[in-house]
Amino acid sequence: MADTSLSQTEARSAPAAPPRVGRIAGILHRNETLRGYLLMSPTMLIMTIGILVPFLILLVMSFWTREGFGFDTTLTAHNYTRVWNEPIFGALLQRSFWISGVATVVTVALCYPMAYYVAFHVHRNKMMWIILMTLPFWTSYLLRVFAWKVILGYQGVINSGLMSVGVIEAPLEFLLYSQTAVIITLAHAWAAFAILPLYVSLEKIDKSLLEAATDLGDGPMARFFRITLPLSMPGIIAATFLIFIPTTGDYITPALLGGPDGAMIGNFIQLQFGAINNWPMGATLSIVLMLWISAIALVFLFVTRKAQERIA
Amino acid sequence: MSDQGTYIKRPNRPLQIYAMVFLFVLYLPILFIPMFSFNDSIYVRFPLQGFTFQWYGELWNRQPVWNALWNSVKVGAVVAVISTILGVVAARAITRYRMPGKSALVTFIMMPLVIPGIIFGVALLVLMSRMGVPLSLYTVTLGHLIVCLPFAVATLLPRFEGFDPSMEEASADLGENGWWTFWRVTFPMVMPGVVASLLLTFTISFDEFIMAFFLTGTDPTLPMYIWGQLRFPQEFPSVLALSSLILFVSFILVFVAQWIGRLGLDKDT
Amino acid sequence: MTTSDGFISIRHVNKFFGSFQAIEDVSMNIGQGEFFSLLGASGCGKTTLLRMLAGFESTSSGEIYIDGQPTSDVPPHHRPVNMVFQSYAIFPHLNVRDNIAYGLRKQKLPKAKRDEMVEEMLELIKLPGYGQRKATELSGGQRQRIALARALILRPKVLLLDEPLGALDKQLREQMQLELRALQRQVGITFVFVTHDQEEALTLSDRIAVMSGGKVLQVDTPAGLYETPKTREVASFIGNMNFFQGTVRRNGAAMGAVETEGLGHIPVPLDQLTKPDGAPVQVALRPEKFELSPTRPEGALHAVEGRLSNAAYLGERSHYYVSIAGKDQPIAVSTQNLGRMTGAPDISGDAPMWLSWAPEAIVILDADETG
Repeated sequence: MADTSLSQTEARSAPAAPPRVGRIAGILHRNETLRGYLLMSPTMLIMTIGILVPFLILLVMSFWTREGFGFDTTLTAHNYTRVWNEPIFGALLQRSFWISGVATVVTVALCYPMAYYVAFHVHRNKMMWIILMTLPFWTSYLLRVFAWKVILGYQGVINSGLMSVGVIEAPLEFLLYSQTAVIITLAHAWAAFAILPLYVSLEKIDKSLLEAATDLGDGPMARFFRITLPLSMPGIIAATFLIFIPTTGDYITPALLGGPDGAMIGNFIQLQFGAINNWPMGATLSIVLMLWISAIALVFLFVTRKAQERIA
Repeated sequence: MSDQGTYIKRPNRPLQIYAMVFLFVLYLPILFIPMFSFNDSIYVRFPLQGFTFQWYGELWNRQPVWNALWNSVKVGAVVAVISTILGVVAARAITRYRMPGKSALVTFIMMPLVIPGIIFGVALLVLMSRMGVPLSLYTVTLGHLIVCLPFAVATLLPRFEGFDPSMEEASADLGENGWWTFWRVTFPMVMPGVVASLLLTFTISFDEFIMAFFLTGTDPTLPMYIWGQLRFPQEFPSVLALSSLILFVSFILVFVAQWIGRLGLDKDT
Repeated sequence: MTTSDGFISIRHVNKFFGSFQAIEDVSMNIGQGEFFSLLGASGCGKTTLLRMLAGFESTSSGEIYIDGQPTSDVPPHHRPVNMVFQSYAIFPHLNVRDNIAYGLRKQKLPKAKRDEMVEEMLELIKLPGYGQRKATELSGGQRQRIALARALILRPKVLLLDEPLGALDKQLREQMQLELRALQRQVGITFVFVTHDQEEALTLSDRIAVMSGGKVLQVDTPAGLYETPKTREVASFIGNMNFFQGTVRRNGAAMGAVETEGLGHIPVPLDQLTKPDGAPVQVALRPEKFELSPTRPEGALHAVEGRLSNAAYLGERSHYYVSIAGKDQPIAVSTQNLGRMTGAPDISGDAPMWLSWAPEAIVILDADETG
């Protein structure tokens, strides 16, 4: 039957000389690294045009100064000395980091039990839960902030709701245009950035480690602090970074909800490129913000690394 | 599942309640938007005044809304296609080749995820003005591309990591060159990731505001249009109606994208 | 089926991954129609060598010829070889028929002809009528057969198999071994088979290359490898082996002799003795070459008395460990359990036990320091 058709004599007859490929194709065939870089190059080109080049120009511009409606392109550290000497800039930076810091801590703390619940106590439809928890994050940031304006506003949902049921007589004024409003909104808007890394790090924990801890005499609390929490540290660190860094530069939330007390460095940068029209100063502030973020991130990494070594 | 109901995983009632409250609070603020969009009052406040489609009807007849919508769709479609193609290419390179400096490249691509958007926005604005490029939908598209690329790569990477490299080798071994191998094996196998990436990047671009804020010329995208309307309290209800529609579409697109994107990746479903 | 030398010819091939040398100066010939195995522990370079034949890894130096043609610059999709992958690499988005017909695209066959060829292959692998099945519905053994059919339908000059039976359970593996061997005889294609399982290699192969640390230690027939290993490494990798230190003492014309640790002055056939008088050597004897008896066996050329120190009953055979004076490690002995075994052997160390063997069973190896 089938066997007769497959004898060696009928084996696939290759041409006398196997087809030789071209010189360049030959090099590519042999050099895997080169092929990889070639494949990466279009993406890298876009990223270079979109990130690297603009950033370098921003860096150069930060050493320029404003001159009427144009720029004085002589390089000078004038803007940096201003940022260093005038207290308004330092105060704004400090406030930005304070608001972001509080929002970050609140978000991570509130999201941790949620991530823990899905990682350890949800057995069916885990995927559904993850999608449910992260879905709002994908919708417009502007609209989510807007939603909080609707809720916290002077005549907003909370005030009008409480007044219509008679709990309060006059609207609560501290709700809108305050740091609290900004912190609440940031925590809500960035929850997905905390949940995902926390969930991933918790899910990765080998359940038999927890059973081992229990077997060796740990109660639920001791087990949590001695096993679960240390092992989920990478997730906590990632979540902290993912929230703290982007929120320090946020300007939509403070613009809509912050009022004068809640303005952050992002609003000030935006003003330099807008109403104040001092682009070099805006560039300087952007660079200073980046430097501060990097410095804080490094210190945070160093401290957590040390703390982990202490525990281990 | 075999480990269901083990000692470690036994039900925890307080945690369960917390989870429910968490989800409720997560969705509540967004639910107020559609709720008040049907409210028959120009004031967004309790008590509700009655049900109306008036605000939606007003939207329908407003030409600037349609223009802004069309702008957003154009930008979103272009951004989705380009960032997904670049994402496929990059994800393939990252997973298949030994490259020195690979992790640095990946970090570079993922940077827009963690750096404040305002910095990219002003940096691109400065670049464009120095090069004399007028702000337009093209500059917005470039800005959105930067924002969307990390998401495209992050969506596609697990797909490429998830499939056995010997699949592609088997195709080469059976006589197909790189081009045909890609279309006959690689692409069909990463297809769910590609669809997910297209939907996600479209949604992100469609909803994006920060980049658009700095890079929009005279043609506004939909979020820019909304931002402009927020100054006028009398426009609040129609903004609510428009926002409800955007939220609705975004939710559907993202839900489908997430569902498709995770198909076959999680073993526990 | 003739075995002509050098259908596949591997010439001084080296392979470096960075500074790690995966393949070290490997040269060998594989004949047409041969069932050839690359045997070694994981990390020995056998899979790298196979992937070089397929074209997935380039050679750092040296050349591989297939049917007389150098292959360095030929990409995998132009090579007249096909591979059965360790994971089988069955395309999950295609059904069985499309998986098997995958490589036929370029031949632009009419659909009817293509389907006929696929059905022929399905019969060959004993899965007729499976064409419409989804790839994801197949069992391990079925996937393995589909992978075979997918490669064989292209009638390659060489079929490469990368541990194709590794993922199957023991019973299925043994059945597939028989089928694979029969299939290879049927189609007459050269098979190059990678495995870490020595029993599998012995069962299947015409010839076996034993590899270790990127080098080929010995290429031989299964019987050749087992009965006359060239080095201690090969001897201990394939089956079990007892080793003794010895010194050559040539004293007769008919038989040579070796002064051996623990065994004394033992006769050895002359053809085993290539070393001069007084040279240090190793004497190797497989466990099943010994005969055990409670008294000194009559008619044996040489016998040694020892004490039984341990025993294990394995059903069809038993393993014994016999301690003898002058050697630290006990000697491993394996015997067929021909009669019914009753009671446990006396391992108290009091019972004397005599060891004897045929001089022809002895293998003499070069001395090594690790001894």
